[in-house]
Amino acid sequence: MTRHSPKAAPSGARNEPPLDAVDRTIVNALQGGFPLGERPYRDVAEGLGLAEDTLIERLKSLLERGVLSRFGPMYHAEKMGGGLTLAALSVDDDDFARIAVLVNAHPEVAHNYRRDHAFNMWFVIATERPGDIARVIAAIEAETGLDVLNVPKEEEYFIGLRFEA
Amino acid sequence: MDMMAVSQQDLALIGAIADGLPRTARPYRDVGARLGLDEAAVIDGLKSLIDRGVIRRFGVVVRHHTLGYTANAMAVWDVPDDDVGRIARKMAEVPYVTLCYRRPRRLPQWRYNLFCMVHGVARDAVRDQVEHLAGRLGLLETPREILFSLRQFKQRGAHYLTCERAAE
Repeated sequence: MTRHSPKAAPSGARNEPPLDAVDRTIVNALQGGFPLGERPYRDVAEGLGLAEDTLIERLKSLLERGVLSRFGPMYHAEKMGGGLTLAALSVDDDDFARIAVLVNAHPEVAHNYRRDHAFNMWFVIATERPGDIARVIAAIEAETGLDVLNVPKEEEYFIGLRFEA
Repeated sequence: MDMMAVSQQDLALIGAIADGLPRTARPYRDVGARLGLDEAAVIDGLKSLIDRGVIRRFGVVVRHHTLGYTANAMAVWDVPDDDVGRIARKMAEVPYVTLCYRRPRRLPQWRYNLFCMVHGVARDAVRDQVEHLAGRLGLLETPREILFSLRQFKQRGAHYLTCERAAE
């Protein structure tokens, strides 16, 4: 796997929160990959003009501050034998809280966002078996009396968050 | 489905780094020490998981909200089906787009087949960026909508296989 090379963001700067230059460089570099050698942090650090210790300490700090949630492998759910989909509901505003409780009660529901649209509740369903997606959707439809919009990923074009370094 | 392709050793390895790779000078050696494997076996095991597509990428997950990105938009586009791959790849080159997915239409309720995420500190700036994106990719006439998130109700890490299952 290759490391991600930071790219300049032409119109991104005015719409980016503050993060110091070293942190930005590190976040840019670590999203796209990580080397599989004996001293991977040293190899990444060298490419960034940093000391190995600096990279490790900065990464620890970014994780502790919650800027980054995790550093490690992202799995491909389907190849792991699991199922994954994005789903949405169109919920009456008055009833939103009650429906959210019903949906979130499912342990397979990983994220749930309210969005300003007729489809106003968007959530990810992740299951250990692909067939379980249909079961969870059927249960949510039965419990809420609403039709679930099921839009599984057909292809992913990953990019990551890039800062002007 | 492809579950048979994932061995017990793969599962042990996946379980050992489910919470992340150690932040130490020799992280693969340290993972191996927990599993009774040597460093080279850990590296080879991870390489194989990547080659087989079980690990789709290796890196950090950014918490947009903590970073101050409170304007979180899902922009959805209705692009011609035979052109969606080309457009998505071009979209993926635009720096302020963080994710891009092709998803099925669900007519008549849902006409959009291309989704992308744009995170910013202000809604107006995100709207400008989506407009800029449309201009840059020749999509100004393409039906599209921006769905800003109002509130996050639930977020948990999607660990598709838990340590317990890895230890089965």
